[in-house]
Amino acid sequence: MTVPEPAPGGMLLEVEGLTVRLTVEGARRPVLRDVSFAMRPGEALGLVGESGSGKSMTARAIDRLLPRGAEVDGQILFDGRPVGGMSGNPLRRYRSEVAMIFQDPRAHINPVRRIGDFMTEALRTTGGVPVREASRRAVDMLGQVGIEDGERRLHQYPHELSGGLLQRVMIATALLTKPRLLLADEPTTALDVTTQAEVMAILDELRREFGLAMLFITHDLELAAAICDRTAVMYAGQIVEIRSSALLHDDPLHPYTAALAAARPDITQTAHRLHAIPGRPLSAFEAPADECAFAARCDWAQDACRAAAPPVAELDGGLSRCVRAYSLRGQLAVEPAREGTDA
Amino acid sequence: MPETSGGPPVPGAPAPGVSMPGVPVLEVAGLRKEFGPLVAVDDVSFTVPAAGSLAIVGESGSGKTTIAKMIVGLERPTQGTIAACGHDRSRPARSSRDRRRRGREVQIVFQDPYTSLDPRQTAEQTIDEVLRLHHGWAAARRRERTAELTDLVGLDDRQSRALPRALSGGQRQRVAIARALAAEPQVLILDESVAALDVSIQAQVLNLLADIRAQTGVSYVLISHDLAVVRQLTDQAIVLYRGQVVEHGPTARILDDPQDSYTRRLRASVPRPGWKPVRRLLAAATENGETA
Amino acid sequence: MTATGRLMAPVTARRGRSIGSVLRATGPAGMISVAVIVAATLAAIFGPLLAPFPPNLPNLSLAWVGPGGGHLLGFDYQGRDVFSRLLVGARSSMLGPLAVVAISVTAGSVLAIIAAWRRGPADAAIGAGLDILFAFPGILLAVLAAAVFGAGLTAAALALSIAYMPYVARVLRGAALKERSQPYVAALEVQGAKATVICLRHLIPNIAPLIVAQATILFGYAMVDLAAISFLGLGVQPPTANWGVMISENQTGIPQGYPLPALSAGLCIVAVVIAVNVLGERLFDQAQAVRR
Repeated sequence: MTVPEPAPGGMLLEVEGLTVRLTVEGARRPVLRDVSFAMRPGEALGLVGESGSGKSMTARAIDRLLPRGAEVDGQILFDGRPVGGMSGNPLRRYRSEVAMIFQDPRAHINPVRRIGDFMTEALRTTGGVPVREASRRAVDMLGQVGIEDGERRLHQYPHELSGGLLQRVMIATALLTKPRLLLADEPTTALDVTTQAEVMAILDELRREFGLAMLFITHDLELAAAICDRTAVMYAGQIVEIRSSALLHDDPLHPYTAALAAARPDITQTAHRLHAIPGRPLSAFEAPADECAFAARCDWAQDACRAAAPPVAELDGGLSRCVRAYSLRGQLAVEPAREGTDA
Repeated sequence: MPETSGGPPVPGAPAPGVSMPGVPVLEVAGLRKEFGPLVAVDDVSFTVPAAGSLAIVGESGSGKTTIAKMIVGLERPTQGTIAACGHDRSRPARSSRDRRRRGREVQIVFQDPYTSLDPRQTAEQTIDEVLRLHHGWAAARRRERTAELTDLVGLDDRQSRALPRALSGGQRQRVAIARALAAEPQVLILDESVAALDVSIQAQVLNLLADIRAQTGVSYVLISHDLAVVRQLTDQAIVLYRGQVVEHGPTARILDDPQDSYTRRLRASVPRPGWKPVRRLLAAATENGETA
Repeated sequence: MTATGRLMAPVTARRGRSIGSVLRATGPAGMISVAVIVAATLAAIFGPLLAPFPPNLPNLSLAWVGPGGGHLLGFDYQGRDVFSRLLVGARSSMLGPLAVVAISVTAGSVLAIIAAWRRGPADAAIGAGLDILFAFPGILLAVLAAAVFGAGLTAAALALSIAYMPYVARVLRGAALKERSQPYVAALEVQGAKATVICLRHLIPNIAPLIVAQATILFGYAMVDLAAISFLGLGVQPPTANWGVMISENQTGIPQGYPLPALSAGLCIVAVVIAVNVLGERLFDQAQAVRR
């Protein structure tokens, strides 16, 4: 059942030692610390974390959307080409190969232009595709995302569409340039749960159909596991675990992952008390540099955890940034039966 | 049942003698709200017993937030009755004394921690203002009660004296809960109060809410779309779809064995280990009048 | 607000900053502006005591004579010491705009808040009334006032106040509406707090930075408008010293090669207007930063 680790060669995306610092109120503050992972073509990787974990920043770094003045160390390779130094035509080509969709579609679409204009813009301007052909492709893609009357929709304005419909339009637009990597930053967080299920199904289906790699960012561990083969968990600007999604919930490698799963209420039973993690999630700049960022809140912390920054341990096809990874193996699972009874 | 005689008063507990055993603290009957041609709430009825907890489950457009607003008086029902602690509140309050009394019966905690506190007031000042509104106490007594309340919601001294901008989302919600409890209400409406919080913080606040209910005997009305949270916090639930109640009963039963097709769909849409999203046929969707 | 978005927000809160630290935080431009305003205010208060020479004593034999012998800026068209007239003229030049700002901002704020609080028909009615007032340019109203009540500073100031009020009201209404729709206001309503209390204690303080910004912008406009009205002979009457009047009376000197009297008066106006605008802008920026 374990998903094999990606082969060293032929990676679509390689992020190596990515460290990003931003200037906030005159001080240089880290927001990402030594983030490393790789994605094969066509692979879906989930990126899960709470506030300040750096998951959105990672996507922005990959898409070259960091704020001005950001200091970037480490490198990002797309198809073996470094992304950091790109400009001009290589950058334009890169942007057509990597698409991004966001949490709030309304904030990323011009409210005074029609849907059709928005959808075909990239094709027309950088792709040189004539309007009629671009519109035809747009209608076609709208059909793929489940919007049948595409012709009519092209003439509508964003405010005439519901949040769920608009997010589908965004997905369709993102796919028009035939990207090879889709960055999805919490695309369903603002949607109703039934709409979310629908949009997730569409993303899953289209990803497989187009052979698209996808980096799916969310705060919901189970949501990521639903359509991603592997899931990475971030805390305080670092990746603390990468694991095959099937194993992540029942056999986590890192205490934070286990704590996150345990903190979530169970829809099938009422717990007497939820196992809450004390304290609050730290951002990268709040985390101490020379010890485990999670140690203060960890049930399993020992002195070794505070002595030095924990190294990355590779085991069982996954990765864990924990000093005690080997000794905690198999002990971190969520107890199948919670204490307490149903109301 | 809260202790009504002997012993020191529990902070935030409803005043002794007010909650009468057997009388529901909240009764809603035939509630209807129209916004022009749009019917947002259609013939909704439910009751909440003393120290009980009810979930109002629905998605956007279900009318759940409108119901909450009508109960606290921020919207006026087109038809139907609402009664809290035996007093009718279907029509707007006539005097400020009435409004204050209603404030002591039902309180609300909103969803967004970033806009539900006055940015210029510390937690202590926010709570103190509510205490001044409802009681004619001296400053010392108010300070004491403020400390009891901040303690109850798990805020330390530094956090109580901080402005909202120095507090995290979870901490701000604690302040909002303390503010609501300062009025010593019988019913606390939680309008998606944990939806905007991180998972680990959400767990802390859910535990806190359960503790508060156990200690003070306050009843909860939880408005939420999150079925797992609903399961954790409530005994009874009603499911709303497009303004109408499509299912009601014990929360556990509704979630384990949903009868209504919409409830089933809702239940099936919740991500859990091993869940795979399935695309519904769009034809079936448009039959039901879906636009999403 | 996401964590990513809040990376710009400061981590710690500071309460009760002194006036000194607030002013110092406005930067060098802000400090210079404060100095200019303080100087003008001192002149307005103590002008007659500080003037080295009698401001109203004509001596035609000294007309247009340049600086020298203690007369820093020379003499005006009637042989009066320009510097003394500037000092004494500060009073009417500053007082007029101050009165205009005080009246229009107060009246405009009250109307804006009532409109924002009540919304609906009250808002529409106030809006309609203000629209009518918009139609009258300030100077036209001043001319009308002068015709009816006779020329003078009082009539001119009142006319301008009426003309400026709708601008204030329009800007503040938007901000007040936004603030009024925030959940923390709703929370206070649910607590049973009175509308006037909420408006005074919460709404106004939270839009105060905007009110101050409006006031400073209007001060500049009022100063220029009143100077223009006085220039036309409808405001302050000679021989009372006033910067606007001084430009008017000494304008014939410019083509004759004696620009100093007129230009120095003009520079005073420009300096104060810029200073007030810069300071207002800095204070507004600071207040906005504190909120988040």
